[in-house]
Amino acid sequence: MSAQDVLVLAEIRGETLDAVTLELLAAARGLVSATGGNVGVIVLGRDGAGHASSMGAADRIIVFDDPQLSTYAPETYVAALGELLAAERPRALLIGATSIGWDVAPLVAARLDAPLVIGCIRIMDGEGDLRVTASFYGGKMLAECRVTGAPAILMVQPGSFRPASEPGKAEIEIRTLAAPLQPGAIAFEQWILPQAGDVDITQHDVLVAIGRGIQQKDNVELAESLAQALGGAVCASRPVVDQGWLPATRQVGKSGMTVKPKLYFALGISGAPEHQEGMKGADLVIAVNTDPKAPIFDVAHYGAELDILDLLPALTEAIEAKRG
Amino acid sequence: MNIAVVVRQVPDLIEPLEIAPCGTAIDLDAASFILNESDDHALEQALLLKEAGGGTVTVVALDSGDVDNTLYTAAAKGADALIKISQQDHAPRSPRTAAARYAEAVKPLGADLVLVGVQAHDELDGALPPFLAAAMGLPYVGVIRGVRAATETGAVIVCKEFPGAVMAQVRVKLPAILGILGADQPPRYVPVSRIRAAMKSAQLSECEAAAPQREPLVSVVRLVPPAPAARAEMLSGSEAEVAARIADILSAKGLVK
Ligand SMILES: Cc1cc2nc3c(=O)[nH]c(=O)nc-3n(C[C@H](O)[C@H](O)[C@H](O)COP(=O)(O)OP(=O)(O)OC[C@H]3O[C@@H](n4cnc5c(N)ncnc54)[C@H](O)[C@@H]3O)c2cc1C
Repeated sequence: MSAQDVLVLAEIRGETLDAVTLELLAAARGLVSATGGNVGVIVLGRDGAGHASSMGAADRIIVFDDPQLSTYAPETYVAALGELLAAERPRALLIGATSIGWDVAPLVAARLDAPLVIGCIRIMDGEGDLRVTASFYGGKMLAECRVTGAPAILMVQPGSFRPASEPGKAEIEIRTLAAPLQPGAIAFEQWILPQAGDVDITQHDVLVAIGRGIQQKDNVELAESLAQALGGAVCASRPVVDQGWLPATRQVGKSGMTVKPKLYFALGISGAPEHQEGMKGADLVIAVNTDPKAPIFDVAHYGAELDILDLLPALTEAIEAKRG
Repeated sequence: MNIAVVVRQVPDLIEPLEIAPCGTAIDLDAASFILNESDDHALEQALLLKEAGGGTVTVVALDSGDVDNTLYTAAAKGADALIKISQQDHAPRSPRTAAARYAEAVKPLGADLVLVGVQAHDELDGALPPFLAAAMGLPYVGVIRGVRAATETGAVIVCKEFPGAVMAQVRVKLPAILGILGADQPPRYVPVSRIRAAMKSAQLSECEAAAPQREPLVSVVRLVPPAPAARAEMLSGSEAEVAARIADILSAKGLVK
């Protein structure tokens, strides 16, 4: 244990270790490589040993084996993390900006009155202080921050670090909590899986994604026509699904699907980090947006500053002409 | 069920953001403000719960941006009471201060349920809903799409979003605070005439924030737009020209069959 140690919260859903855990490990390794200290990964309520080989970038795997942690609840997670952090006083705790991270990171920071940064994409040591770059304003601004005080709670944007996958032999520590956890006011009941039957957008080579720029339900047809000409499917950013214009199974991003098509059209989509999370892996991204500063152009290969409602019919026609 | 909804104003991202001369913040005087999108969903969810099971909806906002319009719009949609928190010493410099100020106004309401949008794009060193929960000593869960009353009183059933369009069904004993990402239905639209009518008929009560400004625990050294180095190759020309260029690119890559 040292004041330079960095802890990482692992996320395991079902039997799968969430990719973000290995990204957090990479960020943590990068930080301790400059300052010394250990990297510990915290596994709440599951058999961390099962994933030990894939978390080789850690020096320690700290497993809290408690039946109260067998399903996720913010109160028990925060109680366990609070106790651990109070005992170890690490330099930082890294948590992914996931469904669980959005609860736990701020709750832990509030409990310990510790500094918190949301949307972290770079983490470095700067002469004793932590230097963190974070994305906010929907990805339109980056803030370079200095964080003093420990432990710093850093909520890391998924996809910001190359996953650390080196083999290693982290030591496994099984811990029990000083005060037994009690069930709280919030209780997990069951998983609700998406309804089968709709198009599986993860299986398509060509995706035509539409965002708020599509403006109204009737215009979705314009995207359908382009998708049809290319033999692809239509998918969307969150606001389109929120409006009920497409089913939730077509949403791409943090709480939607992660897709890796050969071609991804991003039409009238600003490119918020939560959307990029689901489409960054596409081979070819073509973005069309009336705002030349839209963050989607940072991840697109080709872009056009045009109104999609004007471009879509012209593009469908041009593709159909090529097909002959 | 008596519900409090906390709403905040955020800069509208449709407008270009300008960096203030200090270089560490957005020039808020140059920004135009709108209701934070997930707060709009929180309000909608509250109205749906009231319509389904009765009760009241009280909307609470810090005085900033276009807050009066936001509050009267909420009344036109069906909110029962409006509270505006005025601030002598400018807007909070950190979500911790905002949470403390909201807590002062929300606590005395004794609400069964407090709904807040899970995220605001201008929050960097905190997230208001869990900070508010901590300030009020209430349980919190966020990233919620959809809330309904449980069959027994004193609890709600919520859906928490996970990747892959998967949801966790979660039971929450009240009182509690929920961070709403999406309501069960898209936020309702109200015509301007109803908002004008609400401005005449709705009661807007004001209170003064007492919680002092807390120094942020994180200091911004510099604000910069993302580096343009990695930007896309931009295709210029008319719609027809750009369409033809894209068709050529796709054809060359074997993507037009
Ligand atoms: C916990 C969490 C999970 C989330 N999960 C997801 C997720 O899974 N997927 C997701 O997408 N989002 C998700 N979001 C929401 C995300 O933060 C953004 O709000 C969302 O991606 C914005 O969608 P958009 O780009 O369509 O809309 P906006 O950001 O409003 O952008 C619309 C864009 O359209 C452009 N435009 C407008 N009219 C036209 C036109 N006629 N022609 C061309 N361009 C036009 C505008 O310039 C603008 O750039 C999540 C948020 C949170 C907090």
